[in-house]
Amino acid sequence: MSNQQTIKRITEIIINELKLEDVTAETFNVDLDLVDEVGIDSMDLATIALVLRDEYGIRIDEDDYPKLTTVRIIAAYIDDKINQGE
Amino acid sequence: MITVSSLLDDHWYQRYKAISRLNIRSSIYDVTDRCNLRCKGCFFFSSGEHQVASEERDLEKWKVFVDNEMKRGVNLAILIGGEPTLCLDRVEVFYQRLPSFCATNGLIKVPRDRFPDMMVGISLWGDAEDEKLLRGQDTFKISSANYAGDPHAYYLYTITPKQLGKTEKIVKKIRDVGLKVHMQLLSNDEGVDGFSWTPEELVAVRAEMDALLDGYPETVISSKYYHEIITTGTMLGRPFGWLECPSVTEPIDKRTPRPKRLTNFIRWASDLKTMHRCCTSETRDCSTCKDGAAHMSWVMVNKRAHIRTTRDLQNWIEVYEMFAKLYQFIPW
Repeated sequence: MSNQQTIKRITEIIINELKLEDVTAETFNVDLDLVDEVGIDSMDLATIALVLRDEYGIRIDEDDYPKLTTVRIIAAYIDDKINQGE
Repeated sequence: MITVSSLLDDHWYQRYKAISRLNIRSSIYDVTDRCNLRCKGCFFFSSGEHQVASEERDLEKWKVFVDNEMKRGVNLAILIGGEPTLCLDRVEVFYQRLPSFCATNGLIKVPRDRFPDMMVGISLWGDAEDEKLLRGQDTFKISSANYAGDPHAYYLYTITPKQLGKTEKIVKKIRDVGLKVHMQLLSNDEGVDGFSWTPEELVAVRAEMDALLDGYPETVISSKYYHEIITTGTMLGRPFGWLECPSVTEPIDKRTPRPKRLTNFIRWASDLKTMHRCCTSETRDCSTCKDGAAHMSWVMVNKRAHIRTTRDLQNWIEVYEMFAKLYQFIPW
């Protein structure tokens, strides 16, 4: 289970980086598919990956982008990387 | 928050999902600096790009180069020139490794025993009269004989102002040889008299392209939104130009703020070392550039800007589908 703080922080980052309107970290559905519903593309993901790298000190492999489909999944991915001591 | 599914009915949502994860990463390659035509208005020769690099002639170096391009994430090689079919061995290096598209004037037939399903885009600059004036000969006569009925070839019809009122005849000719057509507009890089667009002509050609799409939907691969973008030079109220163009070579893209752009895009010269500024001529005025692929890409990379109304998002889907069809990521 992902840390709720990680989920909240990633939500804030995504809302901020994508300049999403009419939504807050509290109201954003963290299980929403980021490609199919929010409409992000690979460039958006690359931008978010850079911010997450700076925030958490972990590197997100580009090959992993396709599986990072929701905020909850991204949070679990980051928590795993942190726990692995990356 | 507006979501994709909140704007689309099931039919459109399925169309969206069919393309939303394609993640096309193209780059452009000058296969050779030579050509068997010298067209007035060809950006490659008019801007001197054919002289900036000396062609790499060692095929092994081409193989290593393409392998490295794949490691860079490129999944679509757009082969231009000069005339790529003059160097089919180099074209084959790309084709054997990754999805490849070959732009050609069609005078040399790509042998289908070596390239059974490579997409070929055949350039056409108008009717026989314009072709003779701008290109020195009526290429359609030869190219249509070479490619009639080929399911992996289409005409890339560059419409000139002189073609107004005559485009339907061209499209019918293309249909009658069993091929499809995609349209773009001449940028007239060499300022040939009478071939630069006036505002009135751009309005007229947009209406003409719309009518062609309506009248020949099985032949014309296009979208009305693309017609709007390329004739008005604006998208969602933003003007096209250097600060918006998505097709700038990434390692030399120093623009700030950096616009939405093609990820990892590079246009390589034929020495495999030199990078050109963008997908077309470095000497071209970006504010009047009519490059079709650049305008399509402009729409494609600005997906989220189109997630605001149903019509906007449908427009985006149609342009993306058009691009994906032209490069065989989805069927016609």
